[in-house]
Amino acid sequence: MSASKTPFDFSSMPDARGHFGPYGGRFVSETLIHALDELDAMYQRLKDDPEFRAEFDRDLAYYVGRPSPLYHAERLSRENGGAQIWLKREDLNHTGAHKVNNTVGQALLAKHSGKTRVIAETGAGQHGVATATVAARLGLECAVFMGAEDVKRQSPNVYRMKLLGAEVIAVESGSKTLKDAMNEAMRDWVTNVDNTFYIIGTVAGPHPYPMLVRDFNSVIGREARKQSLEQFGQLPDALVACVGGGSNAIGLFHEFLGDEQVQIFGVEAGGDGVQTGRHAAPLSAGVPGVLHGNRTYLMEDEDGQIIETHSVSAGLDYPGVGPEHAWLKDIGRANYVAINDDEALAAFRKLTRTEGILPALESSHAVAYALKLAAEMTPEQNIVVNLSGRGDKDIFTIAAIDGIEV
Amino acid sequence: MANRIDSLFVRLREAERKALVTYIVAGDRSLEATVPAMHQLVQSGADIIELGVPFSDPSAEGPVIQRGHERALANGASLRKILGMVAEFRRDDSETPVVLMGYVNPIERMGYEAFADAAREAGVDGMLTVDLPAEESASFARQLSEREMRNIFLLTPTTDDARARSIVDAASGFVYYVSLKGVTGAGHLDLESVSTNLNRFREMTELPICVGFGIKDGASARAVSEGGDGAVVGSLLVDAMGAAETDQAALEKIGALVAEIRQALDG
Repeated sequence: MSASKTPFDFSSMPDARGHFGPYGGRFVSETLIHALDELDAMYQRLKDDPEFRAEFDRDLAYYVGRPSPLYHAERLSRENGGAQIWLKREDLNHTGAHKVNNTVGQALLAKHSGKTRVIAETGAGQHGVATATVAARLGLECAVFMGAEDVKRQSPNVYRMKLLGAEVIAVESGSKTLKDAMNEAMRDWVTNVDNTFYIIGTVAGPHPYPMLVRDFNSVIGREARKQSLEQFGQLPDALVACVGGGSNAIGLFHEFLGDEQVQIFGVEAGGDGVQTGRHAAPLSAGVPGVLHGNRTYLMEDEDGQIIETHSVSAGLDYPGVGPEHAWLKDIGRANYVAINDDEALAAFRKLTRTEGILPALESSHAVAYALKLAAEMTPEQNIVVNLSGRGDKDIFTIAAIDGIEV
Repeated sequence: MANRIDSLFVRLREAERKALVTYIVAGDRSLEATVPAMHQLVQSGADIIELGVPFSDPSAEGPVIQRGHERALANGASLRKILGMVAEFRRDDSETPVVLMGYVNPIERMGYEAFADAAREAGVDGMLTVDLPAEESASFARQLSEREMRNIFLLTPTTDDARARSIVDAASGFVYYVSLKGVTGAGHLDLESVSTNLNRFREMTELPICVGFGIKDGASARAVSEGGDGAVVGSLLVDAMGAAETDQAALEKIGALVAEIRQALDG
């Protein structure tokens, strides 16, 4: 790649045991270690294998529909004032979000492993749908764990998964949301590891998941870097992406980490406002701890118990965050900010009405921050926003807020 | 003072008896129910009390113990309060080893050193931190060993020889062989595999090996502990704690279950 690189080789992270500085690692019961070792060994063997790469690239091109466009949101930029806003259109992927980049990749690993069943956890249902999709395509049995609360909130996605042939298991333990779905998926995996491949949907979990989910999503940043150079002749001045677990964000950021001049912003869910305590912004207001197999920033109480999160966006409603983000925050390479529910909703409406694009509520957080940031920059500058998913799934939530029955 | 776990296994080996390790979740039923339950377990024949420290996300537990964790948290159980329970237990029992079994986050929140000081002070003898594998545990292990507390690790049917060696090197007190794949309380026992694996680990370590996961009664406890030094009983007791109508009934039920297993182990 061109342009200047800092001496630090960001692609060298994580280390062999999955550490990003003090974060990441493998904090799991001994019962899971063997399965993780097996997965790690298989991934190390395949990741640079030209045939595996070619197979992955083919799937991304002809099944997912990549490359996704980098779209200049001219009217939005003009009305907002300041920097030019460019949208990386992950919403145009098959199944409507970036999640499929990772599920296509992990499904290939599942195929190579010879396992006949895949499982996944899901919050909003996007990762569940993306997993059920690839399972249908490969003829694999599929079970998706989803918090009972989320099953109620996201019924269209539950039905999509069922149409695709997946079994959707409503998780009744704990707070009945994404974190509990992940616990339950881990329990299933350790019990059925002989025939089951666990497709984790974000850059969290025990090593090697944060690394391999990042690698599969890094296609976003590789394309965006090339498209930026082609379409506006330079690297972007800033990148903006929403961060729940952080897979779309790391997917965009990773290729640019060495480009010092590119500012990086991860946008967490501020919920009712970080100062209210009702949010899902562990990097903005959490502390380091251990959950779901890795050390990272967490939302927890003074006894070290994980607390409930709040966000209008189910996909960001997670009390942890990928360990690479935790590390990027500490070393100062990326900035993490929060956008509240009302700001995200305003950005949703603004983008819908100025560009005819319905963003997912998750992605609306990124759009909202980009609008603020752009206003402080000049029209010659460029911001690339990861439009990580489409908002069709959210129309019921928006309608309910507007008091309309759909 | 010698560590209570070490002294216990010396005594048991001399008497050619198996250790009976019993697990309950601290704060289950109520914060006040735990210390009487601990004494009941000892009176009924338990050698080691394993006190589960509830966590909001107990990802290695099956449904029975998960529910125990949820009940205890709803009752307001916390790591600090549980150390208080151990201290209270110690007023009447200075001999029975107490092991805390839980997840690392509550310990990290308190701080390894502050926790180790408080645990030692309360009378804790060992720790089994489910999600802190040997390779991530060096700094916590140092805090424990400086205070003569033991660091107990799990071995599983899928733990290969190289890894098992590094685990027994890091372990002290005893090691806990998980006789099944899966979560706590799951599935059926494969006794042949238990025996094969116990022989494999025996060649690596002098440490006592206790066997758990899947023990339903006296007969299964006896069968799994055949080639080992003891049996660990958990889900069976937590289920009884949760199901009983009254605290008194819970005490009687866990007492009866433990007495039956004790008899089978000694018989």
